[in-house]
Amino acid sequence: MTTTQQIWIVIGVLFVLLNIAAGLIWVERRLLALWQDRLGPNRAGPLGILIVLADTLKLFFKEDWIPPFADKWIFVTAPAIVVGSVLLSFVIIPFAPGIVVADLNIGIIFFLAMSSLGVYSIVLGGWASNNKYALLGALRGASQMIAYEVFMGLSLMGVVMLTGSFNLGDIVMAQQHLWYVVTQPVGFIIFLIAGVAETHRLPFDIPEAESELIAGYHAEYSGMKFGMFFIGEYLGITLISAMIVTLFFGGWLGPSFLPPLAWFAIKLFFFIGLFILLRASLPRPRYDQLVSYGWKILLPLVLANVLITGAVALWLRGVRL
Amino acid sequence: MLSHIRTMWLVFLHLFRKKETIEYPEEKVDLHPRYRGRIVLTKDPDGGERCVGCYLCAVACPVDCIALQATEDEYGRRYPDFFRINFSRCIFCGFCEDACPTYAIQLIPDFEMAEYNRQNLVFEKEDLLIDSQGKYPGYNFYRVAGLEAGVKKKGEGVNEEAPVDVHSLLP
Repeated sequence: MTTTQQIWIVIGVLFVLLNIAAGLIWVERRLLALWQDRLGPNRAGPLGILIVLADTLKLFFKEDWIPPFADKWIFVTAPAIVVGSVLLSFVIIPFAPGIVVADLNIGIIFFLAMSSLGVYSIVLGGWASNNKYALLGALRGASQMIAYEVFMGLSLMGVVMLTGSFNLGDIVMAQQHLWYVVTQPVGFIIFLIAGVAETHRLPFDIPEAESELIAGYHAEYSGMKFGMFFIGEYLGITLISAMIVTLFFGGWLGPSFLPPLAWFAIKLFFFIGLFILLRASLPRPRYDQLVSYGWKILLPLVLANVLITGAVALWLRGVRL
Repeated sequence: MLSHIRTMWLVFLHLFRKKETIEYPEEKVDLHPRYRGRIVLTKDPDGGERCVGCYLCAVACPVDCIALQATEDEYGRRYPDFFRINFSRCIFCGFCEDACPTYAIQLIPDFEMAEYNRQNLVFEKEDLLIDSQGKYPGYNFYRVAGLEAGVKKKGEGVNEEAPVDVHSLLP
């Protein structure tokens, strides 16, 4: 692959991702409205899709206010960290054969590292705001992330063991005959739950919980800095959906009457829809419930999953102990 | 876990329900005839104004948005010289309609009164007066019998109608 091609892939992926993240504003509002027997924004443009443009313009023209009591530099960098780390995670995702920005052989580890970095934006944003609700949100974000990061990584180990590689391209190719959701159902469910917690989406939006903490860690943010947190959240949904598709649902694999990219997009949007459905239907658990649920139920479950998967994988390969 | 999945499925099924939204400017709201919207001054069946300038509406108004000045014509019949309602203050409570002894002031089911200029919300008598009897067709205050004077029964005089049954709840 030439350098020019790679640059085009980078630009294309960035362009499409940012557009998806912005478009999700509209998708989410419309879908939520439909599930609540409403219509949602349907005035601006065809089916109301230009609401995205209106929202973005509104965000740009809002007063970009930095509170005088805030720690200015950290306050400004915090929203950039979330978008940056999520965008970096997309580097390893194979959208179609040949369309991948960096075909790393440590793909999954890179993804886990980047998603862990994302929590810095919450902690720093909440800390720099110098506001008690923001700090409480940051506190919750940190402990939620520590609780869920552990078995998020462990839930993927089953897939890694079955494939024998951390490379996402290899993982996709290993699913040609059978998707990993069939052989790793527990891993899939736990990764889905951890992914929702990872992106702070409802029902696990403990760090921002409007009804308890106003807006949690981004209570003091306005204008485009708030917009960056917003975009980061939607990019996070897209990232977790893309990871679920790649790891458990065969990535771009599919019957040949559609191109691989189309299969990837269909599966991706199915899971984005699932994320929004989760938001529409489930209530938020209490903070201590969430953490104890993570440590006491999901962690033992995922450890058992790793043990059993490892044993079965060894047995299938005919290794005698 | 299963109850969560069931919840999600039930919420998903709402996709196919009929939506509650009324797409307002294209689709009008179906308002009740007694909806309390814009205030009008009605006329009696002969075409004269019903308002006798008694100030009861202005007194009843909790936000003091009604202003009027009573005057008399050459036969001694009272009518408002000016009658002004400031709709930017009006809370559409309907107390004025309740207070009115002659059914002159009435609230009608029309709420589309948006204006760009606040001053345009101050309605004068010519804006308020409508060429209709409103909710009480056929009612004329001066034709309905009043006090018995010992000469004849109520409602037996010339140009006089039977008295109103004050205990009836019907308008």
